[in-house]
Amino acid sequence: MSDVYSIEELELKAVEIRQDIIKMLLAAGSGHSAGSLGQADIFTALYFEVLKHDPKNPDWPERDILVQSNGHTVPVRYAAMAHAGYFPRAELLTLRKLGSRLQGHPERTKLPGLETTSGPLGSGLSQAAGMALGLRMDKASHRWVYVTLGDGELDEGNVWEAAMLVSKYKLNNLIAIVDRNNIQIDGPTETVMPLGDLRGKWEAFGWHVLEIDGNDIEAVIDACNMAKAIVERPVVIIAHTVPGKGVDFMEYDFHWHGAPPNAEQAKIALHELRTLQGKIRSEHE
Amino acid sequence: MSDSDMHLIGDVRAKGIKQEPIRAGFGRGLVVAGTKDQNVVAACADLTDSTKMAEFAKTFPERFIEIGIGEQNLVTVGAGLAAMGKIPFVGSYAAFCPGRDWEQIRTTICLNDRPVKIIGAHAGLSVGLDGATHQMLEDIALMRSLPNMVVIAPCDSLEAERATLAMAADKRPNYMRLAREATAIITTEKTPFEIGRAYVFRPGADATVVATGTMTYQALVAADILRKEGIDVEVIHCPTVKPLDAETILKSVRKTGVVVTAEEAQINGGLGGAVAELLGEEYPAPLRRIGMRDRFGESGEPNELLEHFGLTATHIALAIHDVLGRKII
Repeated sequence: MSDVYSIEELELKAVEIRQDIIKMLLAAGSGHSAGSLGQADIFTALYFEVLKHDPKNPDWPERDILVQSNGHTVPVRYAAMAHAGYFPRAELLTLRKLGSRLQGHPERTKLPGLETTSGPLGSGLSQAAGMALGLRMDKASHRWVYVTLGDGELDEGNVWEAAMLVSKYKLNNLIAIVDRNNIQIDGPTETVMPLGDLRGKWEAFGWHVLEIDGNDIEAVIDACNMAKAIVERPVVIIAHTVPGKGVDFMEYDFHWHGAPPNAEQAKIALHELRTLQGKIRSEHE
Repeated sequence: MSDSDMHLIGDVRAKGIKQEPIRAGFGRGLVVAGTKDQNVVAACADLTDSTKMAEFAKTFPERFIEIGIGEQNLVTVGAGLAAMGKIPFVGSYAAFCPGRDWEQIRTTICLNDRPVKIIGAHAGLSVGLDGATHQMLEDIALMRSLPNMVVIAPCDSLEAERATLAMAADKRPNYMRLAREATAIITTEKTPFEIGRAYVFRPGADATVVATGTMTYQALVAADILRKEGIDVEVIHCPTVKPLDAETILKSVRKTGVVVTAEEAQINGGLGGAVAELLGEEYPAPLRRIGMRDRFGESGEPNELLEHFGLTATHIALAIHDVLGRKII
């Protein structure tokens, strides 16, 4: 939190995080590529600009809370946490291995800095709501509760039970971020179970909706700042992202939702991401 | 005739024995717990009166959350409140909580290790007229299968009150099932209660009955019936089904050699299942289990149903005769 990064530095950080995601998933031999890569810009923005947190003191009582409801994309969070200094980057390669703190889906009791245990979808927003209510009871509303959700996850009824509650209690110390990448395991979201007018759905539940390009770090930061300024209603940021972002053959392809790259694919992916780094540097020159 | 250390009422078959719904004790205990500790909060899923949370809601409106009819939301909001250091009591009917929201309890409370206090009201067959949909009989099995979870079934309203205070002080996730109907009050203010302990409510030499919840009263009545036949029954009240007090149960069975369990729940996975598992591993002995035998209930008056499905003192007494006939001497 103390360091201030330029947008160029954050963009480069996001690419490093993507490279680590590829390496982690290759070493693990399983895991979710598309959503992890697609949210790299969101998690970079959160961990390096938005969140009030202390990697050396994960239980800091004044910290903001980040609930990751879409727990299957935890590789992006692990990578962001390692880069932020929660644990050594070398540990990332233990993902999904016996005895590792980096479980296939996040487990709070295993790794300091995780706020919930998740993976089974649909229960993050309601836990975030409970946290926001608890903070309000303690008159600690200066602490923010952020929660990330997948768009496929919105099929779960529990999400909408929570959406009603957050709206009822006007929990404006809670900010929801939906990773709108239009894919889920069985195919495109609009084929599997159409979400339709997603903005209209949230608005009908009493939320203020911000829609952004979720692969634009500056847009993510701006939206979070905007969300904090809106006090009348809870805010959901619908972050449109490209699944598999940064790796050409993974982008937009739902088959990469739950699949890891093999050695050859990882090599190509890492090459593409190195090229992307060069491009970012030249763009900011 | 009761063990004097247990401070029970004298005669369980006395006419005019005081009765009260077990849930009423929970309601009182919750207010006391909330008065003692301002971190105690409560949430309910549109059943505030019948779960007896109304008094807490009235006394501490700023610490009460009305969830509406959404049990998945109920328990997960509870997990979030616990994450912020609150001691949340979340309640609905047992058919819906834990009936509807088991996975959320598993992931966000048990695996996530958050000390949420789950209340399942209207548990058991004696819900009566509402019928099988609302007669929750599988809750003990559901909750007993979860690592980290404590499962409590008090025998009367006074014990429910003490159990509520004990739950507020306990650092683990807890589940407590409550019956709807008025139940005989057999304990007193001095009767001990500790989570994880079973109690010998009536010492005896010939047979052991291990009972929980409303069936403890029936077990005491059965023991009284059999006394007249010269059979000396030991009644163990087991308000904590998980973790099971193996020591107290085994000590009794080593003495008597035969066991009957009694509960207002499915015996598969219930207290009966728990005791069968314990005896199978540690001390095989003739066993008969009183409870629901792999079937659903139906509409009817509570007492009619208990008779129809074999959950009365008479049925316990018959089961004791059965195990005594199989006693290995």
